[in-house]
Amino acid sequence: MSWAELIRPYEFEFFRNGLYVATIAGALCGVVGCYVVLRNMSYIGHGLSHSIFGGYAVAGLAGVNLFLGAGIWGVVTALAVGGIVRRRPIGSDAAIGVVTTASFALGLALVQLYGSPGRNADALLFGNVLGVTTSDVWVIVGVALATAAVVFFFYRPLLFTTFDSQVAAATGVRTAWIDALLMVVLSATVLATMNVMGVTLIAATLVVPAVVARMLTDSFGKMLALSGVIGAVSGFVGMNASYHLDVASGPTIVLTSACFFIVAYVAGGRLRRRAGSVAHAH
Amino acid sequence: MSRASLLVSTGALIVVDDVTVNYGGGPPVLIDVDLTIEQGDLIGIVGPSGSGKSTLLKAMLGTVAPVSGSVRRTPGLAVGLVPQVETIDWNFPVTVAECVGMARARGLRLPWITKRERSEIADVLDRLGLADLGGRHIRELSGGQQQRVFLARALFTSAQVIFLDEPTSGLDVRTRHDVLHLLDDLNADGLTIVLTTHDLNGIAAHLPTVVCLNRSVIGAGTPEQVLVPDVLERTYGSPMEVLEHGGMRVVVDAPIGDNVTPLRRASGGASA
Repeated sequence: MSWAELIRPYEFEFFRNGLYVATIAGALCGVVGCYVVLRNMSYIGHGLSHSIFGGYAVAGLAGVNLFLGAGIWGVVTALAVGGIVRRRPIGSDAAIGVVTTASFALGLALVQLYGSPGRNADALLFGNVLGVTTSDVWVIVGVALATAAVVFFFYRPLLFTTFDSQVAAATGVRTAWIDALLMVVLSATVLATMNVMGVTLIAATLVVPAVVARMLTDSFGKMLALSGVIGAVSGFVGMNASYHLDVASGPTIVLTSACFFIVAYVAGGRLRRRAGSVAHAH
Repeated sequence: MSRASLLVSTGALIVVDDVTVNYGGGPPVLIDVDLTIEQGDLIGIVGPSGSGKSTLLKAMLGTVAPVSGSVRRTPGLAVGLVPQVETIDWNFPVTVAECVGMARARGLRLPWITKRERSEIADVLDRLGLADLGGRHIRELSGGQQQRVFLARALFTSAQVIFLDEPTSGLDVRTRHDVLHLLDDLNADGLTIVLTTHDLNGIAAHLPTVVCLNRSVIGAGTPEQVLVPDVLERTYGSPMEVLEHGGMRVVVDAPIGDNVTPLRRASGGASA
């Protein structure tokens, strides 16, 4: 493939917009995903994206702004999951399973009965670069900046609450408030990313970069940075692959990050064996 | 004078006054507990599993609300908690320095550890014998070192009172002694320490003040006042004897009788 062919998609505004969103969304999901993975809540991204689909359908039917309606719905769902886990002897995975799948089912039923509001339902489910507009770019930039500010200013309470919530609460950290803040950030991330990734694959963009980064470092700060970079590179490479392979953007982005996972897994195993043999020799 | 007074005293750091606690409307875990923690105390709370030791710590820390009674803390009192090692996620990606540094999480702070904080962390780690381990992952440390990392984290908050939940659980005898001496040194420097323990002989017998708890406070005072057969039997629900060994009090199970049935193999003797 020649260089000219390689950069040809950059001539199209829709592709440039998609590339911006995919790259920023990759970094955003990479950072937020670290908290999700380390809290053993990998399923929440999957559940929340499905839940927001329900909110999207309800907002369309109610005639309110789709993005705002779906966003509020997502935040309420996330807080409901957190509330159920706190107040009842139910694990987070089960609470997510109940609340978010019910919301998704509601969305599917409403779309079937009244049709898809605004965008095509398939595009929302599987991601569609053609649907990305300039306003979507500004939305993802806004969410990314807001998330960066939250992570910057609340880095320590977020880390403390994620690592050791009980001790954090005992030493004066408002853990319930921090948990709620993270859920709001997560909901906004999922909502802003849905156009490119699609409902069904958002969970992977949250989880895979964070898992890869975890395999490469034992430091939380480095994991956060690495995961953001891996997510951004996956978004950028996956988006280009999507155009050239003529495959939906969601799958190519996820497959790119899966390649990172395979490399990190293999390299990590070799490094450990080498470290073990060196230690044994000494 | 017993430093853990059953009476409410003035000038105390924490006053637990007639506190009853239950979880979700269930049976009470603590019943009418009175306890006063004063500046410079080094108190061990002992009792059987399910006696409410950890719940009493949580009530004093303010993370569990009593259904009746009150817990009063000196305004602005800084507290630290060293959790049970069993509750720690040892695969969490956090280095020793990050673990200690996260403790200063209240208010708006820079995400990274500042130069001044790095120096303070180095001092705390050095004081606890963990110098040069700041860059290591917490899983790569020995049991005693791991315990000290979480003690360092509590100290880094400038806590005036530190609570430790089973600090010597799973540690060998030597490491247990090291931790005990470390706590004694910190207490001598003015730190108030409250810990829970199952270890009557290795820990409780060496502390200046022991509180025997079984939902209610059964006894509080020096080991000589509290580690006596009557109080121990009421605390543990099983007869116990207290022996003198090398000037130390040693608590042992009462000889096998009506309350304790021997194991079948023990009663049958050794087989070839």
